[in-house]
Amino acid sequence: MTTEQTAVQRRPALAAQGVHKRFKIPEERSHTLKERALHPLRRSRHELLHALKDISFAVAPGEFFGIVGRNGSGKSTLLKCLAGIYRADEGRIWCNGRMSTFIELGVGFNPDLAAYENVALNGIMLGLSPREARARYKRVIEFAELEEFQDLKLKNYSSGMHVRLAFSVAIQVDAEVLLIDEVLAVGDAAFQQKCFDVFTGMREEGRTIVFVTHDMSAVTRFCHRAMLLERGAVVDIGDPRDIADRYLEIAFGRAAGYEDADVGSARMGDGAARVSDVWLGDDPTERRSVAPQSEPLTLKALVTFNTAVRDPAVSMALLNEQRQQVVVATTAREQEETGGFQAGEQAVFAFSFHNMLAPGRYHPILTITHRGEGLDVIDRLAGGMSFVVSGVTASGGMVEIPVETEVTRWALAPPSEVQPTGGRG
Amino acid sequence: MSAPSLSEALGQPTSSLSEPMGQPILGPRALSDSWPRFWHLAYNIARSEFKLKFFGSALGYLWQVVRPLLLFGVLYVFFVMVFHVDKAKGAAGHFYGAQLLGSIVLFTFFSESTGGAVRSVVDRESLVRKIQFPRLAIPISVVLLAAFNLGLNLIVVMIFALISGVRPMLSWLELPLILVMIALLATGISMLLSALFVRFRDIQPIWDVVSQILFYSSPVIIPVEAVKEKLAHGTLDHFLYHVYTLNPLVTIFQQFRHAMVNRATLSAGQALGSWAALLEPLALVAVIFVLGFWVFNREAPHIAEDL
Repeated sequence: MTTEQTAVQRRPALAAQGVHKRFKIPEERSHTLKERALHPLRRSRHELLHALKDISFAVAPGEFFGIVGRNGSGKSTLLKCLAGIYRADEGRIWCNGRMSTFIELGVGFNPDLAAYENVALNGIMLGLSPREARARYKRVIEFAELEEFQDLKLKNYSSGMHVRLAFSVAIQVDAEVLLIDEVLAVGDAAFQQKCFDVFTGMREEGRTIVFVTHDMSAVTRFCHRAMLLERGAVVDIGDPRDIADRYLEIAFGRAAGYEDADVGSARMGDGAARVSDVWLGDDPTERRSVAPQSEPLTLKALVTFNTAVRDPAVSMALLNEQRQQVVVATTAREQEETGGFQAGEQAVFAFSFHNMLAPGRYHPILTITHRGEGLDVIDRLAGGMSFVVSGVTASGGMVEIPVETEVTRWALAPPSEVQPTGGRG
Repeated sequence: MSAPSLSEALGQPTSSLSEPMGQPILGPRALSDSWPRFWHLAYNIARSEFKLKFFGSALGYLWQVVRPLLLFGVLYVFFVMVFHVDKAKGAAGHFYGAQLLGSIVLFTFFSESTGGAVRSVVDRESLVRKIQFPRLAIPISVVLLAAFNLGLNLIVVMIFALISGVRPMLSWLELPLILVMIALLATGISMLLSALFVRFRDIQPIWDVVSQILFYSSPVIIPVEAVKEKLAHGTLDHFLYHVYTLNPLVTIFQQFRHAMVNRATLSAGQALGSWAALLEPLALVAVIFVLGFWVFNREAPHIAEDL
């Protein structure tokens, strides 16, 4: 192998070095020449928003790289800088190979034109020649599953159809580097699954994908590495699972009103008792983070009582990545009278069930309440830990309940019920 | 934990990385590295815009041809049939109809391209904010579309001229030069206005007014001969006439009349006094074009942020 070849191979697919981006946000924006002419000397006051601070990273060819962070952390700004839509104020960005982008849920379609025109135009914008762009139309429309609607103007499309078409264009331009911003937030489950299939295929083909998302299960499922951004700076780059955990810490810790789940000052409730620990498995020393599908699952919460409490109840809610409550259970249903607890006493409340959850990451929320309607909260812990359900069955539903199916041959239908097929074939 | 440096991220010391590490991403620009891409883009934006405009209405493209003809009809009735503008000028007044129609068609191109370009970049916000592409393709596509309409309208003008009795002349070969000059002027103004409109939203009403002024102060209705005759006495007149002829549209329209319709009209050179005086409007076109490109090129990197 020549030295030149090794040099080329060492090149990252995408690299950023010391990238800064600042936005001027004028306090009162003058939008007219008239105002400029009347007040030529008035300097418009503006706030400087430092959106990206010294971002450096490199993505290897063939790598699936996730960028995560809360809203306003700079993810999308970074993606736009990488895509060349914004110019970085400082620092440098390099790319090797043709790039395709899918940003802000679409590639900017013209609502008054039909699919064909829009697909051709956007293909050209993403770097195809007009001939290539037109030749690819069929594949694009097939992938988007919009064959029946191709003659409609785009203003008559639903938002989901828009996104499907846009995403199809973006992945059909044969890019070596693909930048994708939140495609999974919209579209139905079937299309999401299709996107996942495409991602898997691209991973196998060795294409480079940079992927911005809030969906931690997607990050842990697809990404080789991930980067966590917070307030415009890189917090960490590394293993997707670690990054996902740190993201959840930041996101839910803050959302619940405290910096860290272990610091209890801002927790809800009267504080007569506290959830001091939560773990998966029978034994606190186990601390499993993965719960295999179709096996018994036990989640336990250690409660420490600060004052005497009579008949407390603990409830558990399991939230999936989409913040939907998949399972809610409370000890109050089975054991209303849990007994009296003294100050300084500790108790373990366990929740066990057969794990029929869909694969993905789950966040338990534990709430201790006084006996009664369940509104008298003693303590509530969210974002303390999370675990991943692993399994091969992912049908798209929220749970994987065993379903029996059966096909039985019936008698011939009476002629009146046989529908003509309308001249097919 | 501090963010890993680039070399850590790559798992190798930065010093061993060969610079540059690939193709640098510089952000949005007015032009692209590849001219074919730029033209494909401009052409295809114009094409989709054309479909949008004319396939939607029942009369379709016919309107595009009828509009200047309607304006022509109104002006012709007033200025020829009522006020007899053409009779006053002797031989220069011959084929006044063809002169008028030709100027109207040229002005239509000018106002369509510049007026259409003003909002063009802002109206394509959804593209500008989502895709990296050479930004200049947008105003250029507006000029291309207007140029296409001009081509078809010029055919109508030619037919009208031949019917009126104008005979083919060798000087018709000057047409490309005239068209290049008006195209450069229109492109320069289009680039300037579309870039400025992003920041100054009152550019549109301002340009509407300026465009109107240019229509009446250019030899569309009132021939140069008439203006020259009126402004022939004293230094003030002389100065005003000079200002009048600075307008490149005067040169363009007058030379069109002279070369394409009626040799008895003044040529642009005669109208301005000498052929050397033509350098003034020509230089102005060049300055406007360069200024337009310079401003657009300067604004292009941050259009997406300022929208």
